[in-house]
Amino acid sequence: MSMPFYVAPEQVMKDRADYARKGIARGRSLIAVTYAEGILLAAENPSRMLRKISEIYDRIAFAGVGKYNEFDQLRIAGIRHADLKGFSYSREDVDARSLANQYAQILGQVFTNEMKPMEVEILVAEIGTEPGDDQLFHIQYDGTLGDESSFTVLGGDSEAIKTRMGENFVEGQAFNDALHGAIAALAGPDRTLGVNELEVAALVRNAHRRAFRRIEGDELEAALAAKSS
Amino acid sequence: MAIPFFTPGDDPGPDFAALLRRTGNGPVDIPMDGADRLEITHGTTCVAVRYADGVIIAGDRRATSGNWISHRSIEKVFAADKFSGVAIAGAAGPAIEMVRLFQLQLEHYEKVEGAQLSLEGKANQLSQMIRNNLPAAMAGMAVVPIFAGFDRLRQTGRLFQFDITGGRYEEADHTATGSGSMHAATVVKLGFEPNMARDATVDLVLRALWEAADEDSATGGPDLIRGIYPVVATITADGFERLADEELQDRSRTMIDEISAREARR
Repeated sequence: MSMPFYVAPEQVMKDRADYARKGIARGRSLIAVTYAEGILLAAENPSRMLRKISEIYDRIAFAGVGKYNEFDQLRIAGIRHADLKGFSYSREDVDARSLANQYAQILGQVFTNEMKPMEVEILVAEIGTEPGDDQLFHIQYDGTLGDESSFTVLGGDSEAIKTRMGENFVEGQAFNDALHGAIAALAGPDRTLGVNELEVAALVRNAHRRAFRRIEGDELEAALAAKSS
Repeated sequence: MAIPFFTPGDDPGPDFAALLRRTGNGPVDIPMDGADRLEITHGTTCVAVRYADGVIIAGDRRATSGNWISHRSIEKVFAADKFSGVAIAGAAGPAIEMVRLFQLQLEHYEKVEGAQLSLEGKANQLSQMIRNNLPAAMAGMAVVPIFAGFDRLRQTGRLFQFDITGGRYEEADHTATGSGSMHAATVVKLGFEPNMARDATVDLVLRALWEAADEDSATGGPDLIRGIYPVVATITADGFERLADEELQDRSRTMIDEISAREARR
């Protein structure tokens, strides 16, 4: 029987991180950006049925990139957490921050202890009552948690997209401007993305209890066709 | 509160009530004593009537404890979701909890699955909640609702009545629940026509509730002194919409004038 090779802990962690990053890089990207009336979420998604962006609670949305079955499991767990918390306490007590912390714990735990890390990068977004109170939480495959204020990019080619977004972004912009800017950043200078390759949703500050809505089909066509001001 | 994670084979799925039980938040176990007689404690009147645009659902505002009026303005009609509504009769506390859980169940399903339940699926879910409440019902805390909604597939209003075992009965035209339901149902039966207009149906429903309140002490009539009127809502292709008090006030006044005239002729 041969002696098992010694592998330095740093090497083990690096291998896991590389594995997860490769899995995520294979997938397409996603942007969340704040605008005047709320938060816009746009993903490159050729599938009409398999969603990357979903509603979690009244003012909270979820988005994920990477391995679909893994982030979908996280999505459902987030909805369960939010509904249970809202039921036991009250609807106002459900917030994105505590959910993001829970996600960070789970992803961190899986990264260290399970056979393989989750190949996912996820986002939890919450709109505030005022424009300045919108929150974007970004959780990585190893449980690293970050919060952003203006916009955040997940997945594949995020560095290049982030640079392009930085050039386009205007604080408090209108919906159409935010949409065009996000799609231009996702697509890059060499290609265009049409309705069939996009999944778009928003958390909108309005009178309704549930702020999440999808922008799809004819409505998305019209928004894409409209000239940005 | 820990984020709930289940292994794939062990997953409660989009069922929020099952999730509550699995996380230890399930309903309290009430020991069912076989010797206890079934007590009828649903003092109230609620009605639902199908009409041209969908369904109208309504309920009175009184809650009683024995001979005392414990609440003058309790609401017994709730939107379950955008296109359906529930009206409750029975023990107030458990009934309101059941409505709250039912609303959550429908919303939870929609978020997890990414699609709304069919109207029949919703009625079935309510059935199961009532069934699970049977031990409590036998101990005197019955909940007997009406469920009404606009079926977007069939483009028509639909009504469902239940018994305390959770048995579900779809009604074609109208239904009523509560201690005043006999009186209200008779008034509706006599005044009902298929495909009535909205205004005529609202007036019929208000009259039915008034006649029930006139005969049953557990049902409250319109309180013009305090401005407390029955909760009346329409459920149509545009969704659940509660009628404003101003409209109910006007209609109640007109109705009372008619009834006074009738009484004056005696």
